[in-house]
Amino acid sequence: MKYLKVTTFLIAAALASPVAAQEAGGRLDIVVQPEPPGLMLGLVQNGPTQLVAGDIYESLLRYDSDLTPMPSLAKSWEISDDGLTYTFKLNEGVKWHDGEDFTADDVVFSADVFLRETHARLRASLAYVKSITAPDPMTVVFKLKEPFGPFINAFENGTMPIVPKHIYEGTDFANNPANATPIGTGPFKFKEWVKGSHIHLVKNEDYYVDGLPYLDEVFYRVIPDAAARAVAFETGEVDVLPGGSVENWDIPRLAEMDGVCVTEKGWEFLAPLAWMWLNNREGPTANEKFRQAVMYAMDREFMRDVVWNGFGKVATGPIASSTNFYSDDVTIYDHNPDKAKELLAEMGYDGEPVRILPLPYGETWQRWAEAVRQNLSEVGINAEIDSSDVAGWNEKTSQWDYDMAFTYLYQYGDPALGVSRNYTADRIKKGSPWNNVEGYENLALDEKWAAAATMVTPEEREAAYAEIQKEIVDDVPVAWMQELTFPTIYRCNVNDLVTTAIGINDGPRNAWIKK
Amino acid sequence: MTIFAVVVSRLSKAILTLLAIAILNFFLIHAAPGDPAVVLAGEAGAADEQMIEQLRERFGLDQPLYVQLGKYVAGIVQLDLGYSFRQGAPVAELIADRLPATLLLTLTAFVVSLVLGIAFGVAAAARVGKPSDTVLTTMALLFYATPLYWLALMAVLVFSVWFGWLPGFGYETVGANYTGLERVLDIGSHLILPALTLGLFFTAVYMRMARASMLEVSQLDFVKTAKAKGLSDAVIRRRHILRNAILPVVTLAGLQAGQLVGGAVLTETVFAWPGIGRLMFESLAARDYNTILGVFLVSAAMVILFNIVTDIVYRIVDPRIGARS
Repeated sequence: MKYLKVTTFLIAAALASPVAAQEAGGRLDIVVQPEPPGLMLGLVQNGPTQLVAGDIYESLLRYDSDLTPMPSLAKSWEISDDGLTYTFKLNEGVKWHDGEDFTADDVVFSADVFLRETHARLRASLAYVKSITAPDPMTVVFKLKEPFGPFINAFENGTMPIVPKHIYEGTDFANNPANATPIGTGPFKFKEWVKGSHIHLVKNEDYYVDGLPYLDEVFYRVIPDAAARAVAFETGEVDVLPGGSVENWDIPRLAEMDGVCVTEKGWEFLAPLAWMWLNNREGPTANEKFRQAVMYAMDREFMRDVVWNGFGKVATGPIASSTNFYSDDVTIYDHNPDKAKELLAEMGYDGEPVRILPLPYGETWQRWAEAVRQNLSEVGINAEIDSSDVAGWNEKTSQWDYDMAFTYLYQYGDPALGVSRNYTADRIKKGSPWNNVEGYENLALDEKWAAAATMVTPEEREAAYAEIQKEIVDDVPVAWMQELTFPTIYRCNVNDLVTTAIGINDGPRNAWIKK
Repeated sequence: MTIFAVVVSRLSKAILTLLAIAILNFFLIHAAPGDPAVVLAGEAGAADEQMIEQLRERFGLDQPLYVQLGKYVAGIVQLDLGYSFRQGAPVAELIADRLPATLLLTLTAFVVSLVLGIAFGVAAAARVGKPSDTVLTTMALLFYATPLYWLALMAVLVFSVWFGWLPGFGYETVGANYTGLERVLDIGSHLILPALTLGLFFTAVYMRMARASMLEVSQLDFVKTAKAKGLSDAVIRRRHILRNAILPVVTLAGLQAGQLVGGAVLTETVFAWPGIGRLMFESLAARDYNTILGVFLVSAAMVILFNIVTDIVYRIVDPRIGARS
């Protein structure tokens, strides 16, 4: 048996256990934007829902900023040497917010019944699972059909939230009235949701970790306008602006205020990577030389420094540097307009216009598209911006009606969970913008992606992914832009807010306010 | 025709109009690109085709458009506005939740702007050409031309950030749990900036309309007759000019009153006011069909209702209208 738990448990214990210096009590006001569609994390897993419901629900594990697993509902775990059996020992004395006991049956129900039906992303990992059983009330065993290295990353709160069996078994999950008053095992309980205004969570007095949480209550405040969110922070109405709450150009101004702290940490698990899909099917973007020319034409460092105010990191390829098995041993596309012009001349580019579809997520993205158009025009590429709202963007990308389209996706710690889905040919399906939208087909590489996912040792996987990255970066199926970081802005008297790889999504658990 | 007969006749026509509006809205919203299943699935961050199909099936979007329309119309005939895909709650409930906040904001702005607008308009007309008239008309032009969005942000900057006199956003102090008079005062202090921002624009509109109308009426023969009779200027203005000049303002106010329920999207957004305007805007972005259609329908009903009310007010303000018909 291979034990992963020993060192991580010690680190986690140090992080989780109360220390004398930490002060209990107080209230935290956090911005949530947009207003979540619901708070039942098993049904909805978008960012705002996870931000709020991440305090209500829990999963078996948490992950530190190096993506090393830490205890959560599970106090310890073992993975068999053949990589096929995952055994979790659960914490004792855990209760649901309605007072019922939490047991292994809840885990089996959540993973095997509830989430299989409702959770698209987890379903992909569960395809590797042969059985999920509870040999005793405090033990859960996952048996896999074949080894699947990234499986250890599937026990994150947004990936496998554990839901109460006694409430959901045998019901219509999506329409269960209990969805309006979520019941979890987490450090905070749902108290009230005033639609359009705020969501109020209160301390779970029966939380199974002694002394936690420190805070008495958390208010998630709905403020729809980015400028108004900045003002709310300035006037002291809110204490925390989660990443992406304000426009980038407001960040330096807010960061300079007295008693304000900024951190870029807390995005290691999600590792959002932004790129432009380049339509591999038709138009100039179907030509590999054109795609390489686009990469050389762009001054991505300038874009990072100016459009993103210096936040983030220029991407080298499909895998973000904080995701496991990242390699930078690839062709580096620096800003080289001459090289871009050469490539365009070689392919015989005739000035056919290309449309750039920005991501309709605010001013920064619009400006990013403008910067790209400017760079492209400097090397003679005739580009125009084709703007749209969110629904229109979804429609155009899922129907492949674009030439170059901005997007970003989370990586979930492992290439097999959050990267390969955008590049393998079996994921070319019209009607969805979360697959191989660019239409890249490389069957030899597809086999390598599949093999790398099921290799047993990390060393084997590392070598396999290094080879994949080297090869795919030369093909330029998409134009990798930047590893995004969304800084969290908060008052410095709020301590231990961002301590894990999902940052503020489970931040209030350990956070405390220095009075 | 008596007022009662007018109301009955208008209401019966109104029902048919509403039905036509509902059907038109249905087609308009379905003509927009994108659908709620894709938007909702997209928010999950990693949806697959199976999830989109499941959502379409759950929302009934996999059925032919005429079937969806039939179900929708059958629903509204029974006063059922349907279910919000995105928020997982009945649309009527969502609208009812947001209605008080919207009405408070828009009615306050409406009443304030109507009173101030008419008062300033009459005052400016009485001093036409004089400096005070110039000041008032210039101010009106300024508030009419300034984008509401900018004005709102400036109001927040000055009164909340710099001076700290008034809360910059929200409906009430979150978590304060005030009751009774304290709560009224709390909501009142939150109301001032958004209501004033929204009200300034309409004050300008009413003022310009009242001033122009007063000047026009004051040139008519019956005013000369009144002067010849030896009535004082104040009496002529109040009894003769204002009463006639107010009709266009009533028309305009009636039209705008109908839109009150639709909310004020920009004001509600900047001030984080939890009203219907924001609900509509957010639902539109998410293509939450039933919610958008519900808000549109309620707004349309209000426009029709206030048109009827305007007609009745006409008859009271100017009895000649009733006599003619």
